[in-house]
Amino acid sequence: MSKQCRVVVTGMGVITSIGSDLASFWEGLLEGRRGAGPVTRFDASAYSSRIACEIKDFDGAAYFDRKEMRRMDPSCHYGLAAAQLAVDDSGLALEAIDQYRCGVILGSGIGGIHTFETQHRALLESGPRRVSPFFIPMMIIDMSAGLSAMRFGFKGPNYATVSACASSAHALADAFRTVERGDADVMLSGGTEAPITEAAYAGFCANQALSSRNDDPASASRPFDKDRDGFVMAEGAGMLILESLGHATARNAHIYGEIIGAGMTADAYHMTAPEPDGQGATHAMRIALSSTGIEPQDVSHINSHGTSTGLGDIAETKAIKNVFDGYAKNIAINSTKSMTGHLLGAAGAVEMVAVMKALETGWIPPTVNLDQPDPECDLEYTAHTKRKVDPEVALSNSFGFGGHNITLVARRFHN
Amino acid sequence: MSETEQKVKDIIVEQLGVNPAEVTDAATFDGDLGADSLDIMELVLAFEEAFKDESGKSLEIPDDDAAKIKTVGDAVNYIKEKQGVTT
Repeated sequence: MSKQCRVVVTGMGVITSIGSDLASFWEGLLEGRRGAGPVTRFDASAYSSRIACEIKDFDGAAYFDRKEMRRMDPSCHYGLAAAQLAVDDSGLALEAIDQYRCGVILGSGIGGIHTFETQHRALLESGPRRVSPFFIPMMIIDMSAGLSAMRFGFKGPNYATVSACASSAHALADAFRTVERGDADVMLSGGTEAPITEAAYAGFCANQALSSRNDDPASASRPFDKDRDGFVMAEGAGMLILESLGHATARNAHIYGEIIGAGMTADAYHMTAPEPDGQGATHAMRIALSSTGIEPQDVSHINSHGTSTGLGDIAETKAIKNVFDGYAKNIAINSTKSMTGHLLGAAGAVEMVAVMKALETGWIPPTVNLDQPDPECDLEYTAHTKRKVDPEVALSNSFGFGGHNITLVARRFHN
Repeated sequence: MSETEQKVKDIIVEQLGVNPAEVTDAATFDGDLGADSLDIMELVLAFEEAFKDESGKSLEIPDDDAAKIKTVGDAVNYIKEKQGVTT
């Protein structure tokens, strides 16, 4: 058995609809900024839902030359840009690192779906000779991890995790364990997604997952509200630098917070619907807590999965009550998806960024649009406005199609 | 510079992300212009999409022909020949 290291977060980067850098993202979360608007990535006039959280201010030229821009799927653009921001934020001196002690584990739900659709169209319209040699490398989900290694010279463990909307939370859990067990000093981890494409959006419309509050996009993502009608799809990326405490303190790095545990389960129930009593989520939270030795009453904040779907928000609420019982009402729960929309495979990482800032600053961002809570959603969801809670321990829940459940546990940093 | 030559060079600049001044007739794709095998395959695709052959059909560059195109000048001459333009 090798050494067990404490694992801290020393760098963060986000590309989201409410901000394409950490400062504007966090400011946006605290002030309740909503990223949703009409779909502009394609003509959505024939779709039942026509709203999404699109990134408005992403400047690819700030990160990539023309050739790189053309050779990468949008999911890689967002992922690598967020990774660059995280690396810059961490202050890591790339020329001085031990490259084989630095790795990358990233998650994405559907990777290069835009590339898939474009190349499939070329195949149908012009035949196999017109398919790009970059079709496969641009499409595959692991390419953001591979490109990150090339960009930063990280030669340690490198792969991608796939668990739909829990993908980047699983990536963070694996990266956390990798550093904890001493297999790496530094791990770039997080997730990216660029799903606002004709076919992907049609698919989510078809399984009735999306809000169709088309005339009022800003109010469409309303987790735990009785009038919620589905999630609002979002694009973007969140990336974090996880580092062993020893490595971080040796270089005097800024520490946002500490990741201390993870719990994972499967519903074993249905392809898309959550198990109605939230048993899978309940056990994910319990396992996560027991892995840390933290008592339930020490948890003061939960960044919920809270997607604004009918079944999901109720099942998660039940799960929290199962775990925390009478104490559940004392926890400041929120859903940052009410502002960012649902970044699918990137959601867990973007939400861990929000959790780290909450631990660092003491502020819990609000759940906006929660005007009238669903009677079955009767906990404290930080409706409308931010709250100063000074959380000591926080959980972040992520669940995905396929029945994947994961809870990450984070703690305010104390030396 | 002929229209075809200009268009070939523009495509090379765009596809390979190189400076126009580097795209001389003698410049080799894999050496001077830093193209790897995927770059060259994509470049061939771009030529096929941009040009038509003598009979007005979309240009087809068989793999054996593509393998012989080593320099910018080779590409210009090959495409002109396929277009039925004498150089």
